[in-house]
Amino acid sequence: MKRIMCFMIIAVIACVNQAYAAKLIKVDGSSTVFPITEAVAEEFQKENSGIKVMVGISGTGGGFKRFGRGETDISDASRPIKSKEGDLARENNIEYIELPVAYDGLAVVVNPQNTWVSHLTVKELKKMWEPDAQETVTKWSQIRAGFPDKELRLYGAGTDSGTFDYFTEAICGKSGASRGDFTASEDDNVLVEGVSAEENGLGYFGLAYYEQNKDKLKLVAIDDENDANGKGPVAPAIDTVMDSTYQPLARPIFIYVSVQSAQKEEVAKFVEFYLAHAGQLVKEVGYIPLPDAAYQAALERFKKRVKGSVFGGKGAAIGVKIEDLLKRQK
Amino acid sequence: MFRKNKFQKLKEYLIEKLLFLFSLVSIFATVGIIAVLSFEAFAFFKEVSLLKFFTDTQWTPLFVKKHFGILPLLCGTLLTTLIAMLIALPVGLISAAYLSEYASEKARNIIKPVMEILAAIPTVVYGYFALLFVTPLLRKCIPGMSGFNSLSSGLVTGTMIIPLISSLSEDAFHAVPMGLREAGYALGSNRMQVSLRIVLPAAFSGVCAACVLAISRAMGETMIVAIAAGQQPRLTLNPLVPVETITAYIVQVIVSYKLRKHFQQVYE
Repeated sequence: MKRIMCFMIIAVIACVNQAYAAKLIKVDGSSTVFPITEAVAEEFQKENSGIKVMVGISGTGGGFKRFGRGETDISDASRPIKSKEGDLARENNIEYIELPVAYDGLAVVVNPQNTWVSHLTVKELKKMWEPDAQETVTKWSQIRAGFPDKELRLYGAGTDSGTFDYFTEAICGKSGASRGDFTASEDDNVLVEGVSAEENGLGYFGLAYYEQNKDKLKLVAIDDENDANGKGPVAPAIDTVMDSTYQPLARPIFIYVSVQSAQKEEVAKFVEFYLAHAGQLVKEVGYIPLPDAAYQAALERFKKRVKGSVFGGKGAAIGVKIEDLLKRQK
Repeated sequence: MFRKNKFQKLKEYLIEKLLFLFSLVSIFATVGIIAVLSFEAFAFFKEVSLLKFFTDTQWTPLFVKKHFGILPLLCGTLLTTLIAMLIALPVGLISAAYLSEYASEKARNIIKPVMEILAAIPTVVYGYFALLFVTPLLRKCIPGMSGFNSLSSGLVTGTMIIPLISSLSEDAFHAVPMGLREAGYALGSNRMQVSLRIVLPAAFSGVCAACVLAISRAMGETMIVAIAAGQQPRLTLNPLVPVETITAYIVQVIVSYKLRKHFQQVYE
């Protein structure tokens, strides 16, 4: 009852705001990008009273659906747009500009008392997490010869989070392909709590949560066995994500701006504000900023109204490096 | 005179029907809940056979390799309930016996309300108490214990239902006629013998009712297990590893899915 009341009040406030605010910018999409957009919107509204920015969290897919029907001005996305989603937009005569805004890194962590793991290869992670591991891979010793014969206790993202989609795609090769017998939670704090209290535990979540809980966890370096991305295992950090040696668990995240909406003065102003301040705000909310040149390039792209996606509509792109991103943007 | 009588009859009739209607409200609610559940369950069992549901040892409906075995969730539920009852039953009964048979009126007037305060604490508070206080404490004594486990959530659930058992059993003890106790004393029994051999058997049905209520409360307990027992359906009787109960699973699915839907509606 209380919850319903709460939502009703929020709804009423939202409606009232909608009625009174002179100008409204509607943003929806990924819950991963939400903290960044929300932070930018807050700053933006401080400087521009009279413009209201509403940010939703329908998920990347849900956001694109609404975007394609012309219900929103900007869509937050933790992966590039798929061709199906692009088609929907085209049917409704909506064109879009794709702008990368930050990097999101996933961290694989173990308990500080874990003495045997310092790095894992992508193959070993796959052995641990693939669907076939369910009920069969239960001991650390099954992962690598030399690991102790201790039970493997896994903690991972819940199926409804973008992190789950991305991790499974990057490690197991298919979005959603994961074993089911692990502690799954959409709340990253639960995962931190679980791994920090379990000598045999291993978990994965956004790098930002590791940064906040450094003292309770041990970071695992990842080796993708591709010497082009840095030789040997690489630990995730701001530098290694930025120089793209931490692969494949780092990804760019985007906003998509409707070309039609960009004609509105307030939307154009918001997007320019977004790209000018993202570098600072992204860091504050725990993500990794792109190099300044990338924000410059994105701003150019927006000003020239360069339409379409540089990723060819295949959805989640694994192993996209910053340099590639810059090159593709030109 | 005649008219007034008729009017009164009508009034009586109306009042009776009104009372009947009110009692129907809860019946309708019950029927509605059962109808919704069986409707959903029917749809579910068209996809999943009953045999698989009761014999499969894995519960992974949200993942690629889907299994719909209820046993891990059932096992988690029963395990936490069992641990809770192991704590609540002896402590609750002994404190009820103390309050009813031993305590002075003054002590009783203080202790009983204080115990009943336990029942007024929101269960989410108990959940964090289990996760952040009881588990770390237990981990000092039991090495190798997980951060989420059925032991600490069971213990805390047990603590939560102590007042339920003690209060209801105490009422049952209290209702035993004084004459029975006096007869016991007259035959030379001491207090312990009177409480255990006369009062307890005489109040047995009341004590049973208290236990049934307490068990159903422990089984239905949601927040404590959702917070402190972990979120991994696992078929085990080991109280030191994460398990998931039926109610905790429902919470997990609702929180991740429905809440987002709600937000979506708000923003639309």
